[in-house]
Amino acid sequence: MHNYLYILIAFAVIYAIRVLPLTLIRKPLRSRFLRSFLYYVPYVTLAVMTFPAIVEATQVPLAGVAALIAGAAVAFFGGSLLTVAATCCGVVFVLEWILVR
Amino acid sequence: MKQAKGAKSAFAEGVRDGIPIALGYFAVAFSLGIAARDAGLTPLQGFIASVLCTASAGEHALFTLIGAGAAAWEVALVTLITNARYFLMSCALSQRISPEMKNGHRYLVGAAVTDEIFGISIARPGALEPKYHYGAMAVAVPAWALGTALGILMGTILPGRVVSALGVALYGMFLAIIIPPARKERSVALCVVFGFLCSWAAGVLPALRELSAGTRTILLTLGLSALAALLFPRKEEPDA
Repeated sequence: MHNYLYILIAFAVIYAIRVLPLTLIRKPLRSRFLRSFLYYVPYVTLAVMTFPAIVEATQVPLAGVAALIAGAAVAFFGGSLLTVAATCCGVVFVLEWILVR
Repeated sequence: MKQAKGAKSAFAEGVRDGIPIALGYFAVAFSLGIAARDAGLTPLQGFIASVLCTASAGEHALFTLIGAGAAAWEVALVTLITNARYFLMSCALSQRISPEMKNGHRYLVGAAVTDEIFGISIARPGALEPKYHYGAMAVAVPAWALGTALGILMGTILPGRVVSALGVALYGMFLAIIIPPARKERSVALCVVFGFLCSWAAGVLPALRELSAGTRTILLTLGLSALAALLFPRKEEPDA
């Protein structure tokens, strides 16, 4: 399948997700379960996508583990998006500079 | 006249608030570009994907699926799952849109409901001003697309250490989104911890590890979110 076809499919789905609530849904969802379910979806998805992927993304697993711990700690103490991302990058850069020859 | 002046300053404020977002996007998009390069996308394809989709996790999943030669239905389903949070954000935004707002504005505002642009738009008091949203889009979206294209272009000439360092930026961004609410709410903290544990377990357990990473993400998200909704139903909140 061509790359542009992949991109087009993803765009069609993601645009529908974003625009349909703005154009069609004019009242809050009534089902408490559905609202709760949708509330938790982003956190579960992002958590599942972060670990163990972050450990596998680095040349040495230890660097990924350290990035996860450092990033989570900075985020926990109120670091901004950019700060947290930069912390993870910095930890991996320094550790791999020491460990990878 | 008064309305036109107000609209113009709303756009300028959107640009101003969009600049820090654009800087962050550029760095993160660069690492996204590295993932796109691994999947075999050209810089132009990455640029177009980022202009159209403006989604970190969603595009990361898309590029992973392209790299794996996934089926069309898999791309559609994974895109639906990884971007489900935008559905929620748009639902929240819809409550802040004035009933008189034209449909054209709704279609344009919807094009860039990202975590950060949504964040600054919803943080503004009163009804949503489309021009504020457009101002933030005008700086953040090009930075996002340019970063992706440059990541694809330059990922190859950077040393491996720099590539894997930038590669974790995206996961850092995910942490920045999930950890603060996990600190505030025990239910979210449990979602994050069990998300980590189950994701790891699913990659190791005999039957589950045969499935693609995308399919595992779908199954774990549906299962754990449903469980969380049953155990910790949300209280009535008009818009949180």
